Amino acid sequence: MTELTYLKAFNDGLRQMMDADPDIFVVGEDVARKGGVFGSYTGLIDAFGERRMVDTPISEQAIVGLGIGAAVCGLRPVVDLMFMDFVLVAMDQLANQAAKLKYMFGGSARLPVTIATNGGAGLSAAAQHSQSLEAMLCHVPGLKVVMPSTPYDMKGLLIACLRDDNPTVLVKNKRMFGVKGDVPAELYEVPIGEARVARPGADVTVVAYSRMVTESLKAADELAADGIDCEVIDLRSVQPLDIETVVSSARKTNRIVVVHEAVRFAGLGAEIAAQVSEHAFDYLDAPVARVAAPFAPVPFSPALESRYVPDASRIAAQIRTTLDRA
Amino acid sequence: MTGLSHEVLRDIHRRMVRIRLFEEAAGRIFEAGRMPGFIHLYVGQEAVAAGVCAALRDDDQVSSTHRGHGHLVAKGGDLSRMMAELMGKATGYCGGKGGSMHVSDLDLNMLGANGIVGGGVPIAVGAGFANKYRASGAVSVAFFGDGATNIGAFHEAANMAAALELPVLFVCENNEYAEYTPRDQTMAIADVVERAAAYGMPGTKVDGMDPVAVFEATTAAAGRARAGAGPSFIECKTYRYYNHHGVQTLGMKYRSDDEVQQWRAKDPIPRHEDLMVGAGAMTPDGIEAVRAEIAAEVEAAIEFAEQSPLPDPDDLLADVYSGPAGGRQPLPPP
Repeated sequence: MTELTYLKAFNDGLRQMMDADPDIFVVGEDVARKGGVFGSYTGLIDAFGERRMVDTPISEQAIVGLGIGAAVCGLRPVVDLMFMDFVLVAMDQLANQAAKLKYMFGGSARLPVTIATNGGAGLSAAAQHSQSLEAMLCHVPGLKVVMPSTPYDMKGLLIACLRDDNPTVLVKNKRMFGVKGDVPAELYEVPIGEARVARPGADVTVVAYSRMVTESLKAADELAADGIDCEVIDLRSVQPLDIETVVSSARKTNRIVVVHEAVRFAGLGAEIAAQVSEHAFDYLDAPVARVAAPFAPVPFSPALESRYVPDASRIAAQIRTTLDRA
Repeated sequence: MTGLSHEVLRDIHRRMVRIRLFEEAAGRIFEAGRMPGFIHLYVGQEAVAAGVCAALRDDDQVSSTHRGHGHLVAKGGDLSRMMAELMGKATGYCGGKGGSMHVSDLDLNMLGANGIVGGGVPIAVGAGFANKYRASGAVSVAFFGDGATNIGAFHEAANMAAALELPVLFVCENNEYAEYTPRDQTMAIADVVERAAAYGMPGTKVDGMDPVAVFEATTAAAGRARAGAGPSFIECKTYRYYNHHGVQTLGMKYRSDDEVQQWRAKDPIPRHEDLMVGAGAMTPDGIEAVRAEIAAEVEAAIEFAEQSPLPDPDDLLADVYSGPAGGRQPLPPP
């Protein structure tokens, strides 16, 4: 075990996988010479050269399309989309091409392409550089979407994505780049589609992913002082979903709060609430609650943005309400 | 007179006739209501697919369009599996999951017809990237229409291929109409090839009703790409005899019957047959024999498709993902 940051865990896992597999290359804006605008790819140009670290024009459709074409021809591209917001610019290639080619071709295609991107608010990056758009991606059959919350999961999920023969989207959270944690030196996978219980508890289930896991754990610590015992589930993957872990926990605690940074309307919380009601309706002692961003673009000013993004205190307040202990 | 060998001339001819007879049969079956969905027939444009694909190696990839049957046939596609796919049968190229707009054969390096205009162009660039990455010497071809050169994906892909010096051929089938809108309503230039210069790639304009001209332009562009000199653009002036969709040919508001007749007078197949006879590459009897042989192949394809089973509805969810979809479903309540 070594202590690495969330961002270095990505870099470390990618470097090891590129060492192991000559078919892996990285393509995107500013990935090679600059090492990625956030430093995701620092040093990789020195290790792998311009053949495998490819700077491109600002052309998200063509970048994703290049990844698709190369993947269909047997390579294993890592496609970098600098901000998750830019997924929208590439949406035809992602949703109409990458996600569907295998199915439309009757199964003959393999698309081992990993889209790595950076999402989340809280940096005063405003409405076009802060979004959490995972619900849109989860809605498209054929894609897988992972959103790690720790350095350990970052490396393990990245490796799982790189070994997967489907188009996967790995979303880093921009406010977590410097967060440190223990990361094994060797290659390991965190399986796509398996949640983890980040904190066991008995009174209420809090379901979160990405940075909201950290905020949920903070809320749980705060509530523990009042004798409230929260179980926090980290989904880790949002497509496919590990609904089994969520439902098992809901059947145990009888109360559930879903937390995400994305807007509340038609977000992952809605899907989870629906599935919990399908599978655990008779166990619930309170409605499924959601803590999420309001239905507005992400604002710029810190004064507005701090109201916009969910945090531990809002999560704690919702948990108290759900437990009828407000 | 062409300098092409008799063998190449016959090869081009066979590819064109296979497209023509397959497409006309597909149109008849569609018209009879025995084929679901949409159909975008390639008839009239055969010289492009045949001329390009005859000039390619087997390991060269092509990406295609919504009007993609001709590209798969020209790449050597199996007419039976194609017809079965068009009829939504389990034995089709895509097991009935794709249909006309998604016929593909990755074993033939045909990366699929594509229902999104311009959508296949970046994919061909990715194939070109893979060829360069592996130094395989293969090239990729993006087929697209004049209409596709107005969509962003085309421009991004053309610039990308040029900037990264990828072995890609951009083959524009300029049939003068973006669906039902004439070219002069959709762009302010007469020749799409003018766009190539903006990306720093050489462009050639050829008679897209002349397969020999298409073959020669492709050979030159592919040679350039294989030598590491990057992408090229070939504009083929051509025409589709049928409507954008379906089997109507005349009496349409957006184009005149005279215009259709003028283009049909330039039909690439009899023109190429005359050339072959003149060059001593084939006799009129030989041509008839080829046509009869391919007509029988098409009849066999129809028979195969009609006799084939429909897909099992239980296969609906197969092939969404490679391997297990993942995720875990809830256990029943204890």
